[in-house]
Amino acid sequence: MPLPDFEKTFQDKIDEDIRIEPKDWMPDAYRKTLIRQISQHAHSEIVGMLPESNWITRAPSLKRKAILIAKVQDEAGHGLYLYSAAETMGISREEMIDQLHSGKAKYSSIFNYPTLTWADMGVIGWLVDGAAIMNQVPICRASYGPYARAMVRICKEESFHQRQGFEILLVLSRGTEAQRRMCQDAIDRWWWPSVMMFGPNDDASPHTAQSMKWKIKRFSNDDLRQRFIDVCAQQVKILGMTLPDPDLAWNEERQHYDFGAIDWEEFRSVINGNGPCNKERLAARVQAHEDGAWVREAALAHAEKRKMRQQKVVA
Amino acid sequence: MICEKKHDMPEQQWPLWEVFIRSKQGLDHKHAGSLHAADAQMAIENARDVYTRRMEGVSIWVVESKYVHASNPDEASSLYDPANDKVYRHPTFYDLPDELKHM
Repeated sequence: MPLPDFEKTFQDKIDEDIRIEPKDWMPDAYRKTLIRQISQHAHSEIVGMLPESNWITRAPSLKRKAILIAKVQDEAGHGLYLYSAAETMGISREEMIDQLHSGKAKYSSIFNYPTLTWADMGVIGWLVDGAAIMNQVPICRASYGPYARAMVRICKEESFHQRQGFEILLVLSRGTEAQRRMCQDAIDRWWWPSVMMFGPNDDASPHTAQSMKWKIKRFSNDDLRQRFIDVCAQQVKILGMTLPDPDLAWNEERQHYDFGAIDWEEFRSVINGNGPCNKERLAARVQAHEDGAWVREAALAHAEKRKMRQQKVVA
Repeated sequence: MICEKKHDMPEQQWPLWEVFIRSKQGLDHKHAGSLHAADAQMAIENARDVYTRRMEGVSIWVVESKYVHASNPDEASSLYDPANDKVYRHPTFYDLPDELKHM
């Protein structure tokens, strides 16, 4: 009897858009790359809580404070969905957290920038969450079941994030001279880092072809980036603001916006640990983990105590 | 007193739980995802925090993952084979006159 061709069955499933689930056979490389992609996505959500948490105590109103807390809470939840999805592939939470803290695992470069004003909260919601949504919606149909399902849940929650961000900017754009300046300044600082969120150009991205064949990536970096720029170029007009790109111009022939050159040196430098906040972000995560050790131990001790009390009652 | 910092042993003892949520009276519980917790009560509280931030929870079930028994996907074809050739279980199998109403 011929040996079953696991590789062929696996690829056939993917080609037919049948989901791969945790107990299915899969190539080692598929498992490895997904563990990396999903865990780094999870790390990004958790680290992403830091730049926004920075403004919770200084939100301009109680309503804004409550909204920002809800958003940051959502990011924690997103990280948890993704860690859980990664764990189905055979890696433990401890290992993933170790990888993050040791610098072995990466997270999205965007979170290595500082949030300097309240307007940054608006821009993060509009541009950073906007870019994330553009990247995440196609992954709702990724080939790996747990990842796709986590993405569906995340996308449902993400849309309020973007709307609250844009609304913050809308209010600022209709405010005082100082508020309008603060709004434009935040856009000027966050625009290019947001554009870089889509990763290197396609020709500098060696994994793209395989990821697309395995349907864990549905659109190329450049395709998504172009879509994002086209959408934002329109949206910024509603704010009466500008994007800091003198080369941004509608190209009638391409039916897309042309845009200026990206500083890939900055991207490489930031992703390799030399961004303005890399050290601070990692230190904050390590400290939170170490400071929280007693809570984790106490939870276990408490559970033990509760169990013994219940057993005594039964006896 | 100097304490040796243990390499996070406690978390390795937090079992994994599967979470099922009934969002509205009358519906089934649906699998929402998984989480680590020290015991059932913590699992339910964490499930509430992680999976019902938008009021999608009338009832939460948590089950330690080790107690969920699953069929083997590789055996799917032989496991379900008996059902595949019983086409008479489907209503469309029966050819009945058009004048027949309410059936």
